[in-house]
Amino acid sequence: MFSNLDLRQLVFGRLSLEAVPYHEPILLWTFVAVAAGGVALLGLVTWYGKWGYLWREWFTSVDHKKIGIMYVVLAIVMLLRGFADAIMMVTQKALSVGASEGYLPPHHYDQVFTAHGTIMIFFMAMPFVTGVMNYVMPLQIGARDVAFPFLNNFSFWMTAGGAVLTMLSLFVGEFSRATWLAYPPLSGAAYSPGVGVDYYIWGLQIAGVGSTLSGINLIATIVKMRAPGMTMMKLPVFCWTTLASNAIIVTIFPVLTVALALLSLDRYVGTHFFTNDYGGNSMMYMNLIWIWGHPEVYVLVLPAFGIYSEVVSTFCSKRLFGYASMVYATAVIALVSWLTWLHHFFTMGAGANVNAFFGITTMIISIPTGAKVFNWLFTMYRGRIRFEVPMLWVMGFIPTFVIGGLTGVLLAVPPADFVLHNSLFLVAHFHNVIIGGVVFGLLAGVNYWFPKAFGFKLDPFWGKVSFWCWLTGFWVVFTPLYVVGLMGVTRRTQHFDDPTLQPWLTVAALGAFIIMAGILAFVVQILVSILRRERLRDVTGDPWGGRTLEWSTSSPPPPYNFAFTPVVHDLDAWWDMKRRGHERPVEGYRPIHMPRNTSTGIVLAGISTVLGFALVWYIWWLAALSFVGLIAVALAHTYNYNRDYFIPVEDVVRFESHRTAQLAARA
Amino acid sequence: MRCLALVATSALLGGCNLIVMDPAGDVAVQQRNLILASTALMLLVIVPVIALAFVFGWRYRASNPDATYDPDWHHSTQLEVVIWTVPLLIIIALGAMTWISTHTLDPYRTLSRLAPRKPVPADVTPLTVEVVALDWKWLFLYPDYGIASVNEMAAPANRPIAFKLTSTSVWNTFYVPALAGMIYAMPGMETKLHAVMNKEGEFRGLSAHYSGSGFSRMNFGFRSLSEQGFDAWVAKAKEAQTPLNREAFLKLEKPSEAEPIRYYGSVEDGLYAAILGMCVAPNLMCASEIHHIDRQGGAGPEGAASRERLDYDNRRLRSGDEPSGATFPASGRPPMGSVQPEGMMPRDQHLSREGVNEPKTEPDQGQGNALPGADRGPAPAQLNNRPSERHQH
Repeated sequence: MFSNLDLRQLVFGRLSLEAVPYHEPILLWTFVAVAAGGVALLGLVTWYGKWGYLWREWFTSVDHKKIGIMYVVLAIVMLLRGFADAIMMVTQKALSVGASEGYLPPHHYDQVFTAHGTIMIFFMAMPFVTGVMNYVMPLQIGARDVAFPFLNNFSFWMTAGGAVLTMLSLFVGEFSRATWLAYPPLSGAAYSPGVGVDYYIWGLQIAGVGSTLSGINLIATIVKMRAPGMTMMKLPVFCWTTLASNAIIVTIFPVLTVALALLSLDRYVGTHFFTNDYGGNSMMYMNLIWIWGHPEVYVLVLPAFGIYSEVVSTFCSKRLFGYASMVYATAVIALVSWLTWLHHFFTMGAGANVNAFFGITTMIISIPTGAKVFNWLFTMYRGRIRFEVPMLWVMGFIPTFVIGGLTGVLLAVPPADFVLHNSLFLVAHFHNVIIGGVVFGLLAGVNYWFPKAFGFKLDPFWGKVSFWCWLTGFWVVFTPLYVVGLMGVTRRTQHFDDPTLQPWLTVAALGAFIIMAGILAFVVQILVSILRRERLRDVTGDPWGGRTLEWSTSSPPPPYNFAFTPVVHDLDAWWDMKRRGHERPVEGYRPIHMPRNTSTGIVLAGISTVLGFALVWYIWWLAALSFVGLIAVALAHTYNYNRDYFIPVEDVVRFESHRTAQLAARA
Repeated sequence: MRCLALVATSALLGGCNLIVMDPAGDVAVQQRNLILASTALMLLVIVPVIALAFVFGWRYRASNPDATYDPDWHHSTQLEVVIWTVPLLIIIALGAMTWISTHTLDPYRTLSRLAPRKPVPADVTPLTVEVVALDWKWLFLYPDYGIASVNEMAAPANRPIAFKLTSTSVWNTFYVPALAGMIYAMPGMETKLHAVMNKEGEFRGLSAHYSGSGFSRMNFGFRSLSEQGFDAWVAKAKEAQTPLNREAFLKLEKPSEAEPIRYYGSVEDGLYAAILGMCVAPNLMCASEIHHIDRQGGAGPEGAASRERLDYDNRRLRSGDEPSGATFPASGRPPMGSVQPEGMMPRDQHLSREGVNEPKTEPDQGQGNALPGADRGPAPAQLNNRPSERHQH
């Protein structure tokens, strides 16, 4: 063992200078651009002396509102990265037909589609959804923070740590080529040696800790911290969908963790859970990963359904139709979502009884989903609909999503799936529900709750530009993919021999550029709104004629959310309060007990990221050191009793009097 | 009605070939019909929903003073019953269709008919084809004829085909869109597919499950021939002098893409069983052997000797061939570079990025794709598999 002891290997593991792709012009320039942007950003922060502010007010904050905003910022940054991958994929597909090879060689293209899927689900959709839930849910139930504020900060930083590790693979080494769910045996040590799959595993494992813990946290918050009078059947629908979504999270993320842990044992220790030899069984991994993977879709889409429900009833100025049926539909979707995973591999040969069972369970989900759609429609019925930007997203969502639902149920019929599985038809289907369902919902949510978070509305003109670009872009990309899928064209191909495909693929690529315009318009919308914030300012805290408790407090809400815990008498508590002529109390304030900021979350997540990096590159000493560090910091934190403080009554009075003055000035 | 719409659409699409909607085999035709029937069934509810969205959206817009506004109307038992029942009824109908069709179109089930109202005649035996997915080509063995072919298969029209499928390294999916649905081909395991082609002609087959670098070109030709045509095809294959023995198979098994069509006039006995047992290479123990030993209660301490003989997956790393999904540093190539992975065929120089196919170093046993000064000898275990052993200090 000591005969080939190599100092370099001992210190750097398999890391070497060659790991940095400086040979590659595309990556070099990407790196230069990212580095320049990064340095500029850091420089600006330093120039304005904002490091202390960022550290104290944001990075170490345990305030659910700030953590929610940081989640959404992370998601938007990762959306840009994931979308850059998408643009590369569609242009490669449009160019690489017939004699042409396009510009991405297979091993690079493979990494691009793997990264696209991984980033969009784990580091775009998940943080986005978690961020919105984090921001909105405690306000809607009249709470001052989540149940475990430190855990919340820790969860966010773990998610961010996973994202950092994944991004790092772009500039140090390579990312996985084994698709976003890393099916073995391809993802095993024998067929995918190298750092790619290891980056994937550790990026997901670190972020997965964050997802699981935040799931526990949000469930505890809803169950234990609702305002007095808010029984479960008076809970806003968004909170119900949050509860269902997090209930799914805490049951499925452990499965993902275990599946990836077994895969990493195969890769690191030489076990044979999923290999071809020694009795390994790769079909087992398929089952495990989809037991996580299918419910994950509902983790993402249920909160989006919640957002649509809130937006529809607010902008129709009407109580949500069929609240109880909405709640039961949510619960049924969550329950049945655990029983559908096998439809992702009908073509594995499980037999007709098994396939038919899972096909039918999948279809059953469309019953409550259909009921939900009808409930939204009948909320519009006899409403007074204001087509502001959030409502436009709902109007784009309904037709788009039901068509995604149609193709989804079609794919749930096993014999139909046999001819459509893994085709571009399938790709079009899941983008149809994830973009049309989840992304549209999140963008509706951003437009809806932005004034709550920042005190001014988002610019409606650029919001509409963004909406129309997304909607048309979506259909221009995915209609051709549906057609091409019916031509028997499969996904993940880097090259097409058949030249008749080129027109379709070119149209799809054009559509992707229209979506890009939509994303840019969204960024412009935010920038323009910041510039015009005085004109877009809302001092009422209730710019849309809201119905739920978050609109009863100021925008942005004070750190303690509510000076007095609201008492709930009816569904749509704030609407009810307004109708009964609620008067805002202006005296009798008391000091407010709040959790104190802590840097432990960011430190633990930072060490975890280093641990992940060390494990990816086999730098064993660093792995051991960071693991010990992790335990030590975690233990030390348990001895930190300085966890809470009181907001002095003077501060509360100052804040509330300011609001009183603002409201009076308006009236 | 739906078919009409489809025809109209396909006319609009001009030259494009919606093969899934216009297949040539009875199984695929039934699958197509199922797609159309399910779509029609679901449109019963989808169309009204989309229409209602626009109607309500327009009628109840805030600027319309004529519309009724009833802010507290939020419940109607009758309506609730309807909106739950309509999807439920559709799913009951679709579920019944699913249950029946999943059983009748089970790929493991022997065919009972060649076409509608045309049962399989009693004297017709299915043509058995053993399919092996290799990195990145398809091998077809015809046990009844003792021949084999690469990247092309043929079958007589209107005779049932019984496929047995397996793979050598990672998962693939066997898919002939004109013939029938797809099924996974998995290493060390066998799946089955039954189908029949009703028309003569040339069709395309592919792998529909990503399997590494050369996956995009893992296509094959499917020739549906007359009885005489098929006999001629078999005779042509028989003429090929090369036998498919274990050595030839091991050579073929190395990663390569876009392999030309090739025939083997004879096939070594038991080759398919050995492929399935992952024991084609000399000295390897077949899965069935160790299963037998285990059933007997295991071999005791002597069993340790079997361990080495069962080591199958690592053969690429041992032989120095690049594994299908290798990344830096095990790939021996710079990260995300333009150098092709091993087994890739040369790329077009004019249309691709400059230098994509130019070997970066002196030729080696791979394709000249190693890092400068890389050691491309048999790779040691993954832990030590670094690109530039010679750079060590």
